[in-house]
Amino acid sequence: MHNYGIDLLVRNHAGVMSQITGLFSRRNFNLEGIICGPVGKGDESRMILTVADDSKLEQIVLQLEKLYDVIEVKRVEDSPLTEVLAQL
Amino acid sequence: MEISGAELVIRLLERQGIEFICGIPGGSNLPIYDVLRDSSIKHILARHEQGAGFMSQGMARTTGKAAVCMATSGPGVTNLLTAIADASLDSIPIVAITGQVSASLIGTDAFQEVDTYGLSIPITKHNFLVQSAKDLLTVIPEAFRLAESGRPGPVVVDIPKNVQKEMVEFESYPEIGIKQPLPMCNEKYLEKAVAMISGARRPVIYAGGGIIAAGATDDLIRFAHKNSIPVVTTLMGLGAYPHGDPHYLGMLGMHGERATNMIMEEADLLIALGVRFDDRAVGKSCEFCKHADILHIDIDRSEIGKIKPSNFSIVGDVGHALKAFADRVEPSIRIGWSARVSSLRMLHPEILPDKEDFFHPMNLLRVTSESLSEQSIITTDVGQHQMWVAKGYPFKKPRTLLTSGGLGTMGFGLPNAIGAALANPDRRVVCVSGDGSILMNIQELATLAEHHLNVKVLIMNNNRLGLVRQQQAMFFEERYFASTFDSSPDFVAIAKGFGVPAFDLSEEENPSLFLRKLLGQDGPCVINIPIDFDNKVLPMVPPECANREMIGG
Repeated sequence: MHNYGIDLLVRNHAGVMSQITGLFSRRNFNLEGIICGPVGKGDESRMILTVADDSKLEQIVLQLEKLYDVIEVKRVEDSPLTEVLAQL
Repeated sequence: MEISGAELVIRLLERQGIEFICGIPGGSNLPIYDVLRDSSIKHILARHEQGAGFMSQGMARTTGKAAVCMATSGPGVTNLLTAIADASLDSIPIVAITGQVSASLIGTDAFQEVDTYGLSIPITKHNFLVQSAKDLLTVIPEAFRLAESGRPGPVVVDIPKNVQKEMVEFESYPEIGIKQPLPMCNEKYLEKAVAMISGARRPVIYAGGGIIAAGATDDLIRFAHKNSIPVVTTLMGLGAYPHGDPHYLGMLGMHGERATNMIMEEADLLIALGVRFDDRAVGKSCEFCKHADILHIDIDRSEIGKIKPSNFSIVGDVGHALKAFADRVEPSIRIGWSARVSSLRMLHPEILPDKEDFFHPMNLLRVTSESLSEQSIITTDVGQHQMWVAKGYPFKKPRTLLTSGGLGTMGFGLPNAIGAALANPDRRVVCVSGDGSILMNIQELATLAEHHLNVKVLIMNNNRLGLVRQQQAMFFEERYFASTFDSSPDFVAIAKGFGVPAFDLSEEENPSLFLRKLLGQDGPCVINIPIDFDNKVLPMVPPECANREMIGG
């Protein structure tokens, strides 16, 4: 299955993962994979999400951009995470 | 200086210009209440946290400024959630400050512990769990900035008890949180939009709550008049355009007038301003204004194309766009389209009840409106009476109708009326409710009595969940179930028990005169009005159907 990657830069705090995954469940978006870790001095995190190829991708990105904790959203076509997930 | 986290919260709220806090104290927010006791801010003690949340909404909805409610941890928070979710769906700026158990107890299932942060994520614009008293210096102003800026919404600030008690040392107070300037619309896009409007032969303006949030009513009127464009509003947009204006077609959608929905079917350009294509407004979205191009302008980029693709869209301040449209469109009388609109309105006139039938809700609302000024505030609950208000009350000014549009919360009306009356002491407030809805926050009659506010509560009493019954009649072959109450409370006795003067309109010799007289008096009162349970709100579009498929009317 083809997966689309979304690369997020977020504020790093205890609740940020809930903010992101909460958006997906609240809006009935399908989240296939997620990988996350702190970057820089630790006050920011990078999250890479994969979502199934569906028509909601545009709306997912727009909703993610509205979140206070989200600093940057990028769509990536060939996410290295797809390969990681395939090995699980 | 060195003060406690609790004191810092109150000092920051005072600096923010907050006049009222509606709430209920409890174990986890007592340190804050201990400081509030000596504050210039007036505390309004609600009788249920949901009431407190809705009172703050009543202030925010009438003033446009963020208002504050408070609750303690656990049940205080869960009780507040409905009012927060309601504010979220209607884009209302409130800041809810909740007590939490001390940080060392979080996660231990402590007494009155609930995951406020987790529970509030899906129903807020943003939420904070404050980790240290020092963080309050940034979090509190930020909460107000967020609640009021862009598309407004509710913000929750959850403060553990140890943070309230923690001493914090700081040099000076931070800047208060203020509303950020709204992003302007792109000039080239505005030019293109004006060209679209000028090129359209049968345009319709579809105006929503965004017009009210943007304070853009005057430019909307100027634009519609100059270019002779008919205007429909959503439920949230009522008051954004004056009832009685020749271009005004009333509310669209599920309970819109037949002519209104028919005119929209014929449009070739839909000018969608500060709207989100809600299912109650558009019906089956793929059938909505099928022959029209859509020009969508909204502050929230994620609303563009969410429900229905648009031919052209602008993300930005709808007030800025309307000013540009009103300035730049050429005057036009659109003779053909205006004639067609008039003939459709003549062909499908609004069906009004017999004027002699005083106890028909539409007639009651007419008498009510005649007794009030156009600045008076109407709040509603949810159900048939709400739709009768939307159809029958001639709103002329923005922020004069407070109604639960998105969440549709029964119990909304009374506490919102209290909040509206507190924030607008020189205006009259009328809560139109039903016998089902009023029971959902009736405890706030105690708050009303305590503050002796200018709130009149009209209970349209059919001893039924009227809109549920109507749907059972129309779509479930009259299989009525759980929509009739077997016992009927004596609302007059109940209100008097709370210390609020109360009357039964059916017992009056001249009910019309009596109602007018009561509405003209100062102070609170409750008026029970028996109505016929067979009254229906018509026309009605069956759920999930196209607007043209409306029944009745």
